[in-house]
Amino acid sequence: MKEVILSPNKTSTGRAVRTEEMVLNMGPQHPSTHGVLRLELLVDGEIVIEVIPHIGYLHRCFEKHAESMTNYQQVIPYVDRMDYCAAMNMDFGYVIAVEKLLGIKVPERVEYIRVIMAELQRIASHLIAAGTYGLDIGAFTPFLYMFRERERILDLFEITCGARLLYNYIWIGGVSHDIPPGFIDKAKDFCQYFRPKIKEYNDLLSYNEIFIKRTANVGVLPAEVAIAYGCSGPVLRGSGVDFDLRRDDPYSVYHKFDWTPQIGKGEMGTVGDCWDRYMVRIREMEQSINIVEQALDQIPDGDVMSAIPKRIRPNPGDVYARTESARGELGYYVISDGSGKPFRVKGRSPCFSNLSVISEISRGHMIADIVAIAGSLDIVLGEVDR
Amino acid sequence: MEQFLRNIFDNDFFIYTVMAVVPLVWILPYALFVIWLERKVSAHMQDRLGPMRTGGWHGWLQTIADMMKLLQKEDIIPAAADNKLYNLAPYIMFAGSYAVFAAIPFSSAYIGSDMNIGVFYIIAVSSLAVVAILMAGWASNNKWSLFGAMRSAAQVVRYEIPTVLAILVVIMIAGSLSLQEINHQQTGWFWNWYIFKKFPFVFIAFIIYFVASLAEVNRTPFDIPEAESELVAGYITEYSGMKFAMFMLAEFVNMFAVSAIAATLFLGGWNSPFGDFLSGPFWGAFWFLSKGMFFVFIQMWLRWTLPRLRVDQLMYVSWKVLTPWAFVCVIGIGLWMML
Repeated sequence: MKEVILSPNKTSTGRAVRTEEMVLNMGPQHPSTHGVLRLELLVDGEIVIEVIPHIGYLHRCFEKHAESMTNYQQVIPYVDRMDYCAAMNMDFGYVIAVEKLLGIKVPERVEYIRVIMAELQRIASHLIAAGTYGLDIGAFTPFLYMFRERERILDLFEITCGARLLYNYIWIGGVSHDIPPGFIDKAKDFCQYFRPKIKEYNDLLSYNEIFIKRTANVGVLPAEVAIAYGCSGPVLRGSGVDFDLRRDDPYSVYHKFDWTPQIGKGEMGTVGDCWDRYMVRIREMEQSINIVEQALDQIPDGDVMSAIPKRIRPNPGDVYARTESARGELGYYVISDGSGKPFRVKGRSPCFSNLSVISEISRGHMIADIVAIAGSLDIVLGEVDR
Repeated sequence: MEQFLRNIFDNDFFIYTVMAVVPLVWILPYALFVIWLERKVSAHMQDRLGPMRTGGWHGWLQTIADMMKLLQKEDIIPAAADNKLYNLAPYIMFAGSYAVFAAIPFSSAYIGSDMNIGVFYIIAVSSLAVVAILMAGWASNNKWSLFGAMRSAAQVVRYEIPTVLAILVVIMIAGSLSLQEINHQQTGWFWNWYIFKKFPFVFIAFIIYFVASLAEVNRTPFDIPEAESELVAGYITEYSGMKFAMFMLAEFVNMFAVSAIAATLFLGGWNSPFGDFLSGPFWGAFWFLSKGMFFVFIQMWLRWTLPRLRVDQLMYVSWKVLTPWAFVCVIGIGLWMML
């Protein structure tokens, strides 16, 4: 405990009031640190003077594991476990990196399936983000409404590949299973069903007076700070920076669809506050539905297994491939030494960069706001620690 | 009821004991029922079913099973806790909420003690909870508990002002502090209830009372002393087993207590809404309990709909919204009665 004298506070006799700052440990076991994040707070009463995030409680040596595999495919299940809320996007990024290293082209149908899965996963992930955000602010019910819809997405994944959380679905050169008969109809049904639900969330949570009071003008992240810290995804777009890798550095077949990236406009307060970051996610879900619907209409026929290489042994070299995961720019830097297993796999985690900004934007807020800010950054500790 | 007991027994001590135990006969089944109800209400609002297995029909035995579990749990006291205060706090909490029932008229035939300062007594006794919360928060030797306790103290003190002012509006019309007397004045059809008198002042006062009472019993959107997502569990973080159960019991009892006061002061208490139809001591208890339960249900409804306010916003609501409007009501009623 550090003792400080706050100079402006003087008693009537002119003596300075001696007040103590307190160190408060939020986490690693705390209901709203979204996993095992530990925030060391230096507080003066309810006001937070300094926030120091401590990470590493969920470190599972992903990068070291990737070097110790016997081949490139075996890394995919580990990639799944990085961001367990958006495992499809994680697979997608890694697979694109290895395919770039190999220089192979995958069939059109595979690209469409991957995009459909990635966008459905993005919706599922944003549903968790927005739902748990409501939970952080104290609204329990929207959380369960959003899980109800997420359940339908997981059902779609389940009929496709059997898994509901960690899929190992997107493979190098293809996907593990073709989409089953009836999938397209079911997915279209889901899109129909989901659109009106967004209005329900807005009525219940987004435009709730108390919710706006708690989140607008809280944790304002200016665009230049966001860029300086390497933030990406909804956190960066929430600050008003119009940057989305799906449009600005298109991969797969994203250039074929008609959609617009959403940015924070500061409707309820300042651009880049917690409400903007939250709202970007809600609006992105709508855009993702647009992409899924277009992809379902255009999906061509073909064999999804035809391009899967029998043996993966890339030429020596390195490659960096980046994709837009649900949480931002997900990059994989893969080095090959010419053998059958990767020499090095480095994951560029969007959550890690997004989390690093928390001490910058939390100063002077109250303890309740720290919860709101941490929630609006939407971190998944599995990805931060890797 | 006191007269009836006097006819049977001639021992004062025995009579008073029976009189004091009667609310307990209501409170304990009520708490078991309401905890189950809260689970079911929240579940159905959230597209779930809630407990369905224990006891067969819609999991009606769930709370009793939970109570059994809590009874058997090890009573953990943190090594650095202040033992005396830590152990005493839950019982003071419950004593405070139970004592309120002494002055609440359950029906025209039963009131624990019909004092001429009933309302005053209730306001005084219900503040005991904050002492218990402070004791619990301080004695737990946990920073989160301490935060919860400090928030609670600040909150209860602030929200008592609009509560008392709103109650004052009714007192001014009734001219009495006795709750039984206030009830007798509202006899007749439902338009005799105070909430419909001197419109809109009493109605506004009622809204103010209800909002402020939510804050007094720490319910959403004012549940910041035990804000789960911020303070883990606030002042009850370190409690387990039966002591935790006592806090829970006190919370649910408090919910009914403030609802009962709202029903008595504004909605005619044990009076039937239809004049003489279905009135009398027995039906009186029925009407009183239904009105109370109705407000309990509204509290649940709000809890599962609204997010939580921040500490400073909570203060804002009290000082800059509720208190000025409560003053407006008091002045309005005062002028109305003078003219």
